[in-house]
Amino acid sequence: MAKHEYSYYPGCSSQSGASSSNLMRSVNSMCEELDVKLNEIPDWNCCSASIGYGSGSVLPRVSLSARNIALSEEANPGQDIVATCAACWLSTKEASERLHEDEGMFKDVNTALAEANLKLNNNTPVRHMAEVLIEDIGFDALAEGVKKPLEGVKIAGYVGCQTNRPFGIAGESFENPKYLDKLVSSLGGDAIESYEKKVQCCGGALAFSEPEKSQEMIHGIIEAAYDNGADMIVTPCPLCQANVEIYQDEINARYNSKFEMPVVYYSQLISVAYGRNSKDAALDGQLIKAKKLEEIAG
Amino acid sequence: MSLNTAMVEKYRNNFLQEVAGNVEEGDWVKMCMQCGVCAGSCPLGNAWEHTPQKLFMMIRANKRDEVLTSDSMWMCTSCYNCIVRCPRELPITHIMHGLATYAKKLGLAPQSNPTQWFSETFWNNMMKKGRVNELKLGLSLYFKDGFVSGIKESIAHQKLGMNMMKAKRMAPMEIMGGHGVKDLSGLQKMIKKAQDIEAERLEANSK
Ligand code: SF4
Ligand code: SF4
Ligand code: SF4
Ligand code: SF4
Repeated sequence: MAKHEYSYYPGCSSQSGASSSNLMRSVNSMCEELDVKLNEIPDWNCCSASIGYGSGSVLPRVSLSARNIALSEEANPGQDIVATCAACWLSTKEASERLHEDEGMFKDVNTALAEANLKLNNNTPVRHMAEVLIEDIGFDALAEGVKKPLEGVKIAGYVGCQTNRPFGIAGESFENPKYLDKLVSSLGGDAIESYEKKVQCCGGALAFSEPEKSQEMIHGIIEAAYDNGADMIVTPCPLCQANVEIYQDEINARYNSKFEMPVVYYSQLISVAYGRNSKDAALDGQLIKAKKLEEIAG
Repeated sequence: MSLNTAMVEKYRNNFLQEVAGNVEEGDWVKMCMQCGVCAGSCPLGNAWEHTPQKLFMMIRANKRDEVLTSDSMWMCTSCYNCIVRCPRELPITHIMHGLATYAKKLGLAPQSNPTQWFSETFWNNMMKKGRVNELKLGLSLYFKDGFVSGIKESIAHQKLGMNMMKAKRMAPMEIMGGHGVKDLSGLQKMIKKAQDIEAERLEANSK
């Protein structure tokens, strides 16, 4: 039996067709190394993220998350729900909290769920994978398992918004969270603690609808990483990762910059530090190759 | 009578009450002490004609049309800066979403705002299969098939001068595929029920 077991809400980022998804593949490798078992919530649905609100008002949105929690309670009873996507975690946890506070809404949601033959008890903690690493495993235990320290790799920890606010990680501040830096240090890398853009918003879903405005912010996020001498950026958030990595060409054209900054996940750092190869760490999924990690992974 | 007219007649000179009764977390607006902390917290700050602080002031001042037709709340990136900073603990993000949704239900949301359009497209796409078409992370991926046709359709219909519609911006969205939930009919019935409950309440409130 695995040391840790959770009910897993993968979110749209890791549907089976997304076999090249670097988050999912590296999370799988990481979990193998850490003896963590993830039991996928059967038939989970999209939570509508933070952008569906325009057409999906409160009750429909909360119902979407309630359905996932109800399915989890049915199939994986007694297991905490764990999400790897910041927006998934936020929507689900927020829904769960609101349904605790608002009895009327709880009744309404169960009326809606009955249409799908489901019932919500709402007694399941909803957690982020970062919490599992920090609280259930811990930095010391993480450091113990390192086989290939990330020596000499300078890494800017980009926490972003929704992994950090409104819930955040217990004991960390909203304005200057340090857990990514601690994680990098545990893996033997050089954490850039003074990376001032660590909680700057990247625009989120507005990177699609307001590209110029969002790219201005993304430009600042990358520029600050260069100013701090970073070799790469690490983030826990799939949307942050995509937003900061994939528009660099466009940003270079717009700002006459020469950015080529790799943006990786914590799960890729852990996979490499634990001795997994480039493929297992999904480094081949990067648009901008993380060369220093590839060298270590071999 | 349209829902909008019914609401105007019902609440006449009390937009604050209308917001409290019909907008997500709207009853919090009266708690705002106009300190201005939120006004400096929005990442797209200079794109907001009316900051959250200002919107709350305008609600109290009965500036109904100006508030509901504003595109400001559609500039919200859901960054939650405001929520963790507001000394009065107003759930500002949700109120912004709530004002946007309410304006849309009343037919007052600015049609040309790209986020307003994107939000609707995202929702409609997701409702078709229960999942947003695959998001292949780390690749130059994004949303997929149904999504792309949805986008094309709305370009054809709306002819908006949206920069994001240029082929270049849409390119990353072309490589998407589709997955869905198995119990799609159950999911859709559930959402329908949730929508009906809300619509009935709104209707009752307008009387
Ligand atoms: S938040 Fe993102 S990953 Fe999560 S379900 Fe929604 S779209 Fe999918
Ligand atoms: S940093 Fe960007 S992607 Fe991450 S939560 Fe904020 S807006 Fe969303
Ligand atoms: S931070 Fe809170 S109290 Fe201050 S203006 Fe904004 S909403 Fe009002
Ligand atoms: S969540 Fe929205 S309203 Fe709040 S600070 Fe961010 S952009 Fe502004």
